[in-house]
Amino acid sequence: MNGLMGPFMAVLRRDLMLAWRGRTDVLVTLAFFVIVVCLFPFGVGPETNQLREIAPGVLWVAALLSTLLSLNRLFAQDHADGTLEQLLLSPEPTALWVVAKVAAHWIVTGLPLVIVAPGLALLFDVQQDALGVLVLSLALGSPILALLGAVGAALTLGLRGGGVLLALLILPLYVPVLIFGAGAVDAHLGGMGASAQLLLLGGGLLGALAAAPFACAAALRIAIE
Amino acid sequence: MMKEKLSRSTEPKSWLRFSAPQMFYPLAGKMAPWFAAVAAVLGVVGLYIGLFVAPTDFQQGEVYRVIFIHVPAAWMSMFVYLVMAFWSAVGLVMNTRLSFMMAKALAPTGAMFCFVALWTGALWGKPTWGTYWVWDARLTSQLLLMFLYLGFMALTAAIEDPRRSDRAGALIALVGAVNVPIIYFSVSWWNTLHQGASVSLTKAPSMASTMLAGMLLMAFAAWAYTIAVTLWRVRSLILERERHTEWVGHELDAQEGRA
Repeated sequence: MNGLMGPFMAVLRRDLMLAWRGRTDVLVTLAFFVIVVCLFPFGVGPETNQLREIAPGVLWVAALLSTLLSLNRLFAQDHADGTLEQLLLSPEPTALWVVAKVAAHWIVTGLPLVIVAPGLALLFDVQQDALGVLVLSLALGSPILALLGAVGAALTLGLRGGGVLLALLILPLYVPVLIFGAGAVDAHLGGMGASAQLLLLGGGLLGALAAAPFACAAALRIAIE
Repeated sequence: MMKEKLSRSTEPKSWLRFSAPQMFYPLAGKMAPWFAAVAAVLGVVGLYIGLFVAPTDFQQGEVYRVIFIHVPAAWMSMFVYLVMAFWSAVGLVMNTRLSFMMAKALAPTGAMFCFVALWTGALWGKPTWGTYWVWDARLTSQLLLMFLYLGFMALTAAIEDPRRSDRAGALIALVGAVNVPIIYFSVSWWNTLHQGASVSLTKAPSMASTMLAGMLLMAFAAWAYTIAVTLWRVRSLILERERHTEWVGHELDAQEGRA
């Protein structure tokens, strides 16, 4: 176990440090999330009842889009300076450091969204007791988005128009997460209890954690060789 | 000609020899017209039964006849994705170039059937449901399936290196195939949560046998059409990929000589 934790922690620490040194990059994703959420009231009108109703969906779609926006940063820099090739050549299992990279990426881009989301939900006048469910659904769901997105990011590595292509590849796969994530908050507000959706999201996270790193590793090998 | 025959006779006699693009090219060329002919005959007979023989539906009137295009197209769009994923898996496991080419050749036809199913569905929905579109589980998953096809085609087209393009496309096809059931079940769950029981085709009264016959004929026509078109497309792909080889040069010379 120790033999695996070493490289995992090393990649995690490295990516977090790199992110910390380029903080503004990270803040841009968060700002994008906030701005997209704040655009909706201008689009649909300031009526409180309506805003309350669309809030979970809006927050979740915004989280999806900002995840997508941040994804091409996941491997692009390492690809450009050759780090990725070195990592692939290293004897450590590819899936292992892929998980480390995705974890670092999520801590940097996903976790801030989870923390900021309840504050934004208050702008939409969401009931306060639903905020916990919202945070939990995002905390379970956004790592799935990062894991699935990593596969797409690896496949589109270094391609012209990679960002748009990534959206086309990955957004259809995000639909179940969106349904259960926003559905959890809706179900809680509707008095049905969100445990079913949250359990499904948790199961989805475990499934993605089990399968996506290997798919991502295969995709990276395809992209690099 | 003699040389070609000789080289062919030294190949192993198993059917696996057709996994070589060079061997498959003439075979595909021989099979495609037959499937096209079968598709044409079945299509004409099926449409005749569907449009003239099958009785008018007592609930929906003549409008229901779109079913003879709509249902086979929807079936094919899903089935073609499965076949695509199958060839992708074969390609990744056995490392056969022809499998990737088959997957690539199937995608446009699958996307076309997807679009036809959505389009005819919308035209059918307006007179029967009063709207072109409802966010019904079937319609929504069909739409997402079309996005999966488009993603596959966009990805394989964006990568210039054929080897990387093949493998990346195969991987995304497999990821999509794993996700298709998840998408379908999540969408149907979402739909029942939001809308309650909505319009459903499964509750339609049982079909007259001529209707069923027409639909099955059209489905087989769609199968034969898909096979024919895919074979023709794969032939072009083979020529494009193998253009640096000697046999393609001979082949093209022979074709020009014939013309």
